[in-house]
Amino acid sequence: MLSSTADNLYWLARYMERADFLARAIEASRRLATLPKAYGGAETEWESVLLSSGAAQAFEQTGKPITESNIIEFLTFSRDNPGSIRNCIEFARTNARAVRTALTVEMWEAINGAYLELKAMEARRGAYSADELGRFLDFVKQTSLIYDGGAYRTMLRNDAYWFSRVGLFVERADNTARLLDVKYHVLLPDKEVIGGSLDYFQWAAILRAVSAHTAYHWVYRTSMKPWLVADLLILRPEMPRSLISCYESIVRNLDSLARAHGRQGAAQRQARNMYGKLETMTMEHVFQGGLHEFIQSFISENNRLGSLISEQYLF
Amino acid sequence: MGGLDGLTRAPYQKLSQWLAASPPELLASRREQAELLFRRIGITFAVYGAQDATERLIPFDILPRIIARSEWAALEKGLVQRITALNLFLKDIYGKGEILKAGKIPSELVYHNPGYCPEMAGRRVPHDVYVQIAGVDIVRTNDHGFYVLEDNARTPSGVSYMLENREVMMRLFPDLFSMHRVAPIEDYPDELLATLRSVAPPRASHEPTIALMTPGQYNSAYYEHSFLADKLGVELVEGRDLFVKDDVVYMRTTEGPRRVDVIYRRIDDDFLDPLTFRPDSALGVPGLIGAYHAGNVTLANAVGTGVADDKAMYTYMPDIIRFYLGQEPLLQNVPTWRCREPEALSYVLDHLDELVVKEVNGSGGYGMLVGPHASKAQVEEFRAKLNAQPDNFIAQPTLALSTCPISVAEGIAPRHVDLRPFVLQGAHGVRVVPGGLTRVAMTERSLVVNSSQGGGTKDTWVIDDAILGQA
Repeated sequence: MLSSTADNLYWLARYMERADFLARAIEASRRLATLPKAYGGAETEWESVLLSSGAAQAFEQTGKPITESNIIEFLTFSRDNPGSIRNCIEFARTNARAVRTALTVEMWEAINGAYLELKAMEARRGAYSADELGRFLDFVKQTSLIYDGGAYRTMLRNDAYWFSRVGLFVERADNTARLLDVKYHVLLPDKEVIGGSLDYFQWAAILRAVSAHTAYHWVYRTSMKPWLVADLLILRPEMPRSLISCYESIVRNLDSLARAHGRQGAAQRQARNMYGKLETMTMEHVFQGGLHEFIQSFISENNRLGSLISEQYLF
Repeated sequence: MGGLDGLTRAPYQKLSQWLAASPPELLASRREQAELLFRRIGITFAVYGAQDATERLIPFDILPRIIARSEWAALEKGLVQRITALNLFLKDIYGKGEILKAGKIPSELVYHNPGYCPEMAGRRVPHDVYVQIAGVDIVRTNDHGFYVLEDNARTPSGVSYMLENREVMMRLFPDLFSMHRVAPIEDYPDELLATLRSVAPPRASHEPTIALMTPGQYNSAYYEHSFLADKLGVELVEGRDLFVKDDVVYMRTTEGPRRVDVIYRRIDDDFLDPLTFRPDSALGVPGLIGAYHAGNVTLANAVGTGVADDKAMYTYMPDIIRFYLGQEPLLQNVPTWRCREPEALSYVLDHLDELVVKEVNGSGGYGMLVGPHASKAQVEEFRAKLNAQPDNFIAQPTLALSTCPISVAEGIAPRHVDLRPFVLQGAHGVRVVPGGLTRVAMTERSLVVNSSQGGGTKDTWVIDDAILGQA
């Protein structure tokens, strides 16, 4: 496969996944922000979504005050934010157009259809009502479902598929880690106790964002506990968004590539290494060093894998 | 121009009956469906200079243009003859130049032609095939004769519309297809692939590696490039995906470099290789022409074919056919005045308001004067241009062009059309799939069918004559 094609497929998958994540992160923040102020929320929800999605610095450069509507605008439709949902979908579509020959009709139509829909929404939108935002976020999540389903159901299992999947899971691992970090950035007010009702509400919002609320109860059969939420999203192989589950897929898809090419490389070694660490890790380990610190280090190792893939496959 | 007479011609009888029996709402709803399909599939073209409309849909008319098999057979023979002669002509002018020595064509018209490529002089290309893919623009007049309007021997586009138009029509009108026996065109990609394989360099293996080269997704025909690469099952490459080492062309792949044998390039000569042509262009591949001259890669179409699709050269096509094949041309040229000849020039200047004047190197409907529709100021502007540089222009009469019925909001109306059949020449002969791209001037009375000027397209059917007998 052309290196440029692999590059485009890899990034296409990442952009689609990122748009989905942004929609979910915004939803989580909306849920957190619905708490009555009298209840004692510290009003850091919107800052937290900026921080966790890695867009804080870019937002600061706009010089706009941190308000709900400014942040939502910045993360959804802003053209100035290279990482806005709108731009993610446009980049995804640009990548898709460059590799139409490597996509199935279903995948192309999912992206192209979403792009056209997005353009129409952009043209006719006025000030956002809560309803409209809700519809927009649903549209974004649906788009990634259709795209992802199209890829899963229609692509040949060859290098095009493997590169797409690697992109998807590298991005998803990054996103899950960032989502967990939202909780770190949403400060509990001093008078609130850890494990108290506000804390509970915040963890529940995060679980809901990744549609894992029910899963939590199936797995643990107990009330919401922060370390179990972290356990679910980091170490549980049966949870499809967990870091370990993402790495299992990354390893498998990179191995398929290595088999097809008859050559292992630094990317395979890094992925297996990270997977191995997650396999032997316990939540005690994670919390001893601090969840936030664990996440920061995971994100940087995950980025390193991204660079190794580019180097190895000559992107 | 005869109103709806198009519908009374024999090949249209079944369609005409079907239309009479269909409620008008049906056509309207099929029109909408068609537009939706085109938009969803993303069949677009880019318009240079048009802001925010960088990707536009080409208007599509849902009524097919119908040509009887017997009429087609005559046209096809003429096309084969023409492309055969064109290839012999190119071989000759980059070789011995016999046609020039024989005085049939003025030498300066060849050697000073901007499409002539001195780097190709004295070189041979595999199997002496220069123009593997040609698009010949044909018009028909009301007396039902076919005329060649233009030869496109560089990188003709539009074949993806021919194929997609058929796809969409088959989805929208299965009933019409079952009433007619429409000749299939779906094997065009197979024929193209076979053509490209047949002209691989002699040293290439039995499975030559073929790639389609595009300037990239901002090119107006990018959709077509990706569509064709897909149908051919070959890699779609840009300049940066290729590199040349020791006069061999390679693609950059995830498994390392892979040798390329044939490049179907959809990028103009000037941009192919910054070392040979425009040094400021980043679209091409440094060293590509070196590899080409070393015989390690075939470029289709060959470099320098532009000299044959120049509008001034076009006027000599009947002589070219006679010279190389010893035959009379089966397809007529549109009568053309060469403004470089003083007598012709003075005639043209006297009749500007009735003629179409074209730049010899213009394309896409740019740089032309349509006399009958032009304002006084436009006519005078062209008069000045003609006087300044007569060599740059040809002129043709506005023929009594035939029309085709199209479906419009008010019902059915006649519009002017042309036809671009696609001709393939490989090592083993010439092939034309039965059909082509019919372009339609969407505006009433307009003669301009180019997509860049708002023209549309429609499906072209070649149908068995047997069916006509029943009508």
